[in-house]
Amino acid sequence: MRGFLLNRLSQSLALLVIVSIIGFIILSLIPGGPLSQYARDPSMTQQDMERLAEQLGLNRPLWIQYFDWVWRLVQGDWGRSFRDGTSVLTVIGRHIFATLLLMGTSTVIAIAIGTWIGIRGATHRYSMFDYLATIGAMVALSIPTFWFGLVGIYVFSLQLGWVPAGNMYTIGDGSVLNYLHHLILPSVVLSLVHVAVWSRYMRTATLDAISQDFVKTARAKGLSERRILLKHVVGNALLPMITLAGVQLPSILTGALVTETVFTWPGMGRLFLDSLGYSDYPVVMGLLIFSAILVILGNLIADIVVAIVDPRIRLA
Amino acid sequence: MTALAISTAPSRWWHSRAVIRFISHRLALLGLAMITLLTLACVLGPYLLPYDSLHIDLRARFAPPMTGNHYLGTDPLGRDLAARLLMAGRISLLVGFSAMLLSIVIGTLVGVVAGYRGGWIGAVLMRTVDGFLSFPSIFLVLALAAALRPSPIMITVIIAVTKWMEVARIVEAEVRSLREREFVQAGRMLGLSGTHIMFREILPNAMGPIIVAASLTVARAILLEAYISFLGFGIQPPLPSWGNMLNGAQKYLASAPWLAIIPGAAITIAVTSFNFIGDGLRDALDVRDDHI
Repeated sequence: MRGFLLNRLSQSLALLVIVSIIGFIILSLIPGGPLSQYARDPSMTQQDMERLAEQLGLNRPLWIQYFDWVWRLVQGDWGRSFRDGTSVLTVIGRHIFATLLLMGTSTVIAIAIGTWIGIRGATHRYSMFDYLATIGAMVALSIPTFWFGLVGIYVFSLQLGWVPAGNMYTIGDGSVLNYLHHLILPSVVLSLVHVAVWSRYMRTATLDAISQDFVKTARAKGLSERRILLKHVVGNALLPMITLAGVQLPSILTGALVTETVFTWPGMGRLFLDSLGYSDYPVVMGLLIFSAILVILGNLIADIVVAIVDPRIRLA
Repeated sequence: MTALAISTAPSRWWHSRAVIRFISHRLALLGLAMITLLTLACVLGPYLLPYDSLHIDLRARFAPPMTGNHYLGTDPLGRDLAARLLMAGRISLLVGFSAMLLSIVIGTLVGVVAGYRGGWIGAVLMRTVDGFLSFPSIFLVLALAAALRPSPIMITVIIAVTKWMEVARIVEAEVRSLREREFVQAGRMLGLSGTHIMFREILPNAMGPIIVAASLTVARAILLEAYISFLGFGIQPPLPSWGNMLNGAQKYLASAPWLAIIPGAAITIAVTSFNFIGDGLRDALDVRDDHI
């Protein structure tokens, strides 16, 4: 286990280094670079700009600037928002709960429905259900999340009036029920794509597990089909799904950004877009790096969980 | 170069059988038919419709579908939605297709070199792939689109820059498995250059997975363009794209829902078609991968 952990940790660390290099390249692509805030100020003369560049060390070799930038990231100095001067990490901290709530809920929905569809598809292979689930998954993967959200708002908020059309809660009403009421539509919208992905993977994983020898043994022992399915097949099929949950993280974050925009959900995605609109590059860069760290961390945790559950991996 | 006679050792046996399998894949045929129709409509349609996509008619604002000659209604400026939808389709399909070509080129180059060379070059290239995959694609695309000027060409490049990694992974795995095969060793023994072996001997044998990846990448590129244009950082008006047609539509969702529903349906149809085609190609070319 220790060897596995060390190996996996060093991989994540290497990935962080590469991510920071990509981030630094993008940062230097921004017009005006770190000085873009001042570049738009008409009272700044050329001399002022040069002095500022000198002060901030922007005329040093690129690689020194890179290490300096990374060192500040490591120390927790992610810069300050152009908009109100709050530190970038504080701004991100204010929005992370909303995003994690949305992502968590929709992941639970996606796993629950996707697992069910996948298992049923595998046990009733080539049935009408399986056929429709296959086509349905491919169509679900093709629907733009924002459009599904708009159609959802049109049908369930504007026409039927069942759920609110946006925001995380009604102002002045902080009850859990109120949050849940606001959460239903966006989390279902966000889960659609992932239901499709989960159900396809679960179907394959279940089919793989069914054909294994231990299932034959269980049948030979005379266990009921139901017991075999629940205890022997599903348990083994769910194992690779933990890894999948980690792999799916970037796409959930992408979906969350779009969903948050459509539903005026006060999370990181909306913060990212608002900051783009204001050319608030410190926050934009901060969120870009932060989202990548979240993904790397998520994958690391998923792999460690799988290793804990499955001794074959940590001992290999 | 008589050596080339050897080079096709595992011959392209799939050619005829693959075609038959593709044709017997009903969904793939449906996808192909829908894409052909959609492309034809986008190319020819604007010449046949009674209205120009830029013709503003403020007396005809917010006309619902099937009003007079406005088959799909009009937008807040009274422009004909059908004409705009087809012009937007030209842009969206073109951007999606070009972004696919570019990302296939980048991905194949990286994948072939990493897979054939291996060693530290391969390690550096594949870790770079992992690094790019760690970013949620929309964050990366939006940051780049905001930093650079969002012209259609730049949007295409940006989408390609964030979509080449999966191709690179597929090609790398394929090339790595082909690297030690007899026909490659024969090529090496004949003194062929590394470049020749990589691109003339190995690459043709790895075409199956690349073709499948290509059709799925078109689907993803169209979706990504729609996402960033919807968010206002992609194709800029007055140039219409399916994504930016939806950009203002949320405001009018209660009064003019067709403004949101119709362009979104067009995106869904196009993307579904490419996914169906990709699925059919995967069956036809016997490509096994763990993606959908």
